[in-house]
Amino acid sequence: MPLVYTGVCSHAPGITGRADQADPEVRNAFYAAFDDMRRAVERSEAEALVVIAAEHFANFFMDNMPSFAIGMADFYEGPIEDPDWLAIDKFRAPGNRDLSRRIITEVMQTVDVAYAEEWKFDHGIAVPLHFLTPGFDRPVIPVNINCQGPPLAPLHRAWALGEALRRAADSVTERVALIGTGGISHWPATPDSGKINEAWDLEFMDRWCRNDRDALLAYDDLSVYADAGHGGFEIRTYIAAAAAAAGASGTVHFYAPIPIFAVGCTIASYDLTA
Amino acid sequence: MSLYYVQKFLYQLNRDPQLQQRYRQDRRSVLEPYELTGEEIEALVEPDVGLLFHLGVNGQILMHFAAFHRIEWADYLQRMRDGIARYGPVREGVYATTGYEGTDAHAARLGQQSGPLSHRPTSSEEEGD
Repeated sequence: MPLVYTGVCSHAPGITGRADQADPEVRNAFYAAFDDMRRAVERSEAEALVVIAAEHFANFFMDNMPSFAIGMADFYEGPIEDPDWLAIDKFRAPGNRDLSRRIITEVMQTVDVAYAEEWKFDHGIAVPLHFLTPGFDRPVIPVNINCQGPPLAPLHRAWALGEALRRAADSVTERVALIGTGGISHWPATPDSGKINEAWDLEFMDRWCRNDRDALLAYDDLSVYADAGHGGFEIRTYIAAAAAAAGASGTVHFYAPIPIFAVGCTIASYDLTA
Repeated sequence: MSLYYVQKFLYQLNRDPQLQQRYRQDRRSVLEPYELTGEEIEALVEPDVGLLFHLGVNGQILMHFAAFHRIEWADYLQRMRDGIARYGPVREGVYATTGYEGTDAHAARLGQQSGPLSHRPTSSEEEGD
């Protein structure tokens, strides 16, 4: 069944954990955009949600760091963080081991990925699921791109991963939705937390909406770090989502810098029907 | 200098409630299996968040250690700033290898104000980031 939905969203822990410190007006508008995204996923009648995330040393560490990993379990627990700190209660989200296995097998035709039969979600997946599957009741297939511990896979490999995920999603009988989640410019969890380069973000999202492969892959990590921070390395998740929707045009449904959330909060999707 | 093992300990502490329980009871004994310098042990036991950031601990690991010690977010950010002021630039790790310039340099580059940022993009009256 062809891929039924592709979108991207932010995942910063402050979105839930520091919600009370944000301007209520802009926060609620952002939450409303997340609700719209949830309804769009529900309308797609997706039977599984592939979440391309950039986890933060919850499962993968520098003792054995995969560039790319895909979950292959029947359930995933989270959040790994203190539930009070993240303001998300402990949950067990369903997976689909058999579907994961078929997707991984197809992805491996072109991209080497690690697989994981155990995976604890951190905020990178827990925050999007909190909004998109509030009951944690839709099967999830987590995909990770190492965006934290360099050396990182080059951007063109993130594109290749996205292409492989699209091919894999199209090859299975289930209806699959795909969400990429990460920051654009940000300096999370450092003294620079709260800095957001809005102009850089809007330029990146323009390239993303145009699904301009060459323009998206023209970034390099040194310039990304200088202009968009180490959090900008997470553009890999957006680039993979763009590749999964190659040829489609995208729309930014919401963008606003919310410094207490430490990121330019973003909700966007591609029109796969055109 | 064993940043890898400092981060490995924190990575394991962050994800293992049983290790957290043991650490609450006896911090030093839990650190024994790790290849750590005296400076690193003291930074962890204190805990000296500013020194740990200066040593190069990734913020995605360090922020959970701060939360474990019930250090509030704004205080966590300030402790890192104080650590850089006291100990100097980040020595190692992703922030050092990619040319960490410090908050003021970043603010200047981005044409933004330095220091605490506003909650609201359109207002400069409130503190916190």
